[in-house]
Amino acid sequence: MESIFFLIMRRMRAPLLALILAHSVAVLGLVLIPGVDDQGNPWRMGFFHAFYFVSYMATTIGFGEIPYAFTDAQRTWVMVTIYLTVIVWLYSIGTLIALLQDRALRRAFVENQFVRQVERMGEPFYLICGYGETGRALVATLVEGGGHAVVVDASPDRLDELKMEVIREQVPALLGESRNPENLQKAGLLNPMCRGVVALTPDNDANLKIAISAKLLRGDIKVICRADSKEVEANMASFGTDHIIDPFDTFALHLATAFQSPCLFLLRSWLTGKIGVDEEPVCMPGKGKWILCGYGRFGKAVYHRLKDEELETVVIEATPEKTGRPPDGILVTGWGTDEATLRAAGAEEAVGLVAGTDNDVNNLSIAMTAREINPDLFVVLRQNRQDNRVIVDAFGADIVMHASTIVADKIRILLATPMLVEFFGLGLFQEDQWSCTLFSRIAGLLENREPPEVWELVVNDERASAVTESIRRGHAVKLGHILTNPREREESLAAIVLLMIRHNGDRMLLPEREIFLEPGDQLLFCGSRLARSRMRWTLRNEHSLRYVRQGYSPRRGRVWKFLRGER
Amino acid sequence: MNSMNPEKVIFGFFIVLSLTLNFGFFVGELDNHTHHHVYELFAVIVVNLIATILKFGDRTQMGALMLATSLVAMLQLVAAALVWGVAAHGDQQLTPTVVASVVSLSGGAMLANVISVVLLMIETVMLRR
Repeated sequence: MESIFFLIMRRMRAPLLALILAHSVAVLGLVLIPGVDDQGNPWRMGFFHAFYFVSYMATTIGFGEIPYAFTDAQRTWVMVTIYLTVIVWLYSIGTLIALLQDRALRRAFVENQFVRQVERMGEPFYLICGYGETGRALVATLVEGGGHAVVVDASPDRLDELKMEVIREQVPALLGESRNPENLQKAGLLNPMCRGVVALTPDNDANLKIAISAKLLRGDIKVICRADSKEVEANMASFGTDHIIDPFDTFALHLATAFQSPCLFLLRSWLTGKIGVDEEPVCMPGKGKWILCGYGRFGKAVYHRLKDEELETVVIEATPEKTGRPPDGILVTGWGTDEATLRAAGAEEAVGLVAGTDNDVNNLSIAMTAREINPDLFVVLRQNRQDNRVIVDAFGADIVMHASTIVADKIRILLATPMLVEFFGLGLFQEDQWSCTLFSRIAGLLENREPPEVWELVVNDERASAVTESIRRGHAVKLGHILTNPREREESLAAIVLLMIRHNGDRMLLPEREIFLEPGDQLLFCGSRLARSRMRWTLRNEHSLRYVRQGYSPRRGRVWKFLRGER
Repeated sequence: MNSMNPEKVIFGFFIVLSLTLNFGFFVGELDNHTHHHVYELFAVIVVNLIATILKFGDRTQMGALMLATSLVAMLQLVAAALVWGVAAHGDQQLTPTVVASVVSLSGGAMLANVISVVLLMIETVMLRR
């Protein structure tokens, strides 16, 4: 604020000086020149009247010759001063208006407003650097879930998009390079409410610099970075970046999950709030030939996943000299949008097709042509831009994969419940039947088809004071105890433990209720909202805990003891 | 420090001039209006205004302090001019009481101007080193 104040003062110095000089010369002249009053007696204007006259003359208000009609000598002087003061007045006003329209000054105003907005943030927020497709999806999903975000981006167009976006709350946005640590500070990196930094710019080096700045200035917060080269990933990992996300790998893993375990894929979409409980799992085609269109970075990642599944894969790529050729497997040169190329790749007998180029129109064209050749084809459609959603949905592909949304969802889970990501990673090693059973088990717990709630718990003094206190006194607490309804111990809460990380680092998927809790254990729950709030009683209130463990809660107050006849 | 800075000359000129004019108006018998001319008060006010504007936009500690002293002087002088104007154009004439209050107000402004000049000297001495 003070910089703006000083800027205005400095720039207004010359016009103000001119104004003072012109006014004082005009006033002095009027005071010195002799005049006459209405009776014809000699009269001289005082400073009071002179200043009054000059004030309304200079501003072109012009009340007339007050208090007495002027003599010719006075009128001559007034003619000179009219031109002098009016010009100077217009010059000053003009400078002030130009100053207020100055780009630098207006930017300073906006920036100032932004900094105050961030300082006033009273709730935890995440700092998002880069508002591209992924940033946009992440902000939308964060705000939708009741979180808060602050955005830094160097492109005014993209920030305009953010302003136009219809979301629950206004997201503060700073226009500037996010690789500049000063901008990160302005955006609230040092604010104690800042819980994490997400670097999503398309530039690896910029993301690297954001990660370093964030780790140096705030070692205690979570840093998540986008990177698409292995060297940069290694570099980021070396100084403790919490999570590094390769958009192409993430995408390919997502696709692989759909292949290997359709139920886990469904469970994942459900637990992350993407779909309702009624969805049927996607029925993947059996073994057979797959066609992969586009062999860029995305196509390569998908290719390796398909190979891991031991599926025969034909690649269609227009510029193999740029992208390279698949190490083994067949390559057909062409765009894939025309029938000839698709037939050459064997679309008639293929079971599946991945339209994975970086152009939505081409992808749609490939998919539509391929469906014409082979109507039973299983189509995986890659969507690049959010605004193409309408036409992509209209096509009706078996799986639509929007890379930005997938990455944004992963980041959102990493920020809120990182254990869920680990759970899905471990779930991938299980049989598909395991996921299907789990899915119906959770669906059975929830009444009224409410969306499942997922939350984490660390057994420590802060989050589960009653449990740690009880363990310290030598009364062991089982996992089943905290899953019991603290109002009626015959009933269980509508929640299950998906994953337990023991204090010694062991991981247990769906642990038994008989397991004894230890301080430092981390638990990942899934269940109803009501179960979550009921469980807080057991965790923090020793009477509730005693009740679920032993079936009664002791009378502690003196009055109660007296009434009961206990002494 | 070899070349003369014209900005510094103008700056110093107006600050010293506001003090000297102020002093010129102030000297004389406190309540005798023949010793204190209204033109001189006008000159003091104009020169002080210019000195104030010249101090705008200096972000140093010294600059801020000098601006503050100028603002104090302006406040006192405008008050003096108002007292004079109200007395001259209202029903009461320039009584010794009015003149005394005008002159003492300008005396206060002079003190602020003295501080301004002292600050200017301190700054100059420090720059020499």
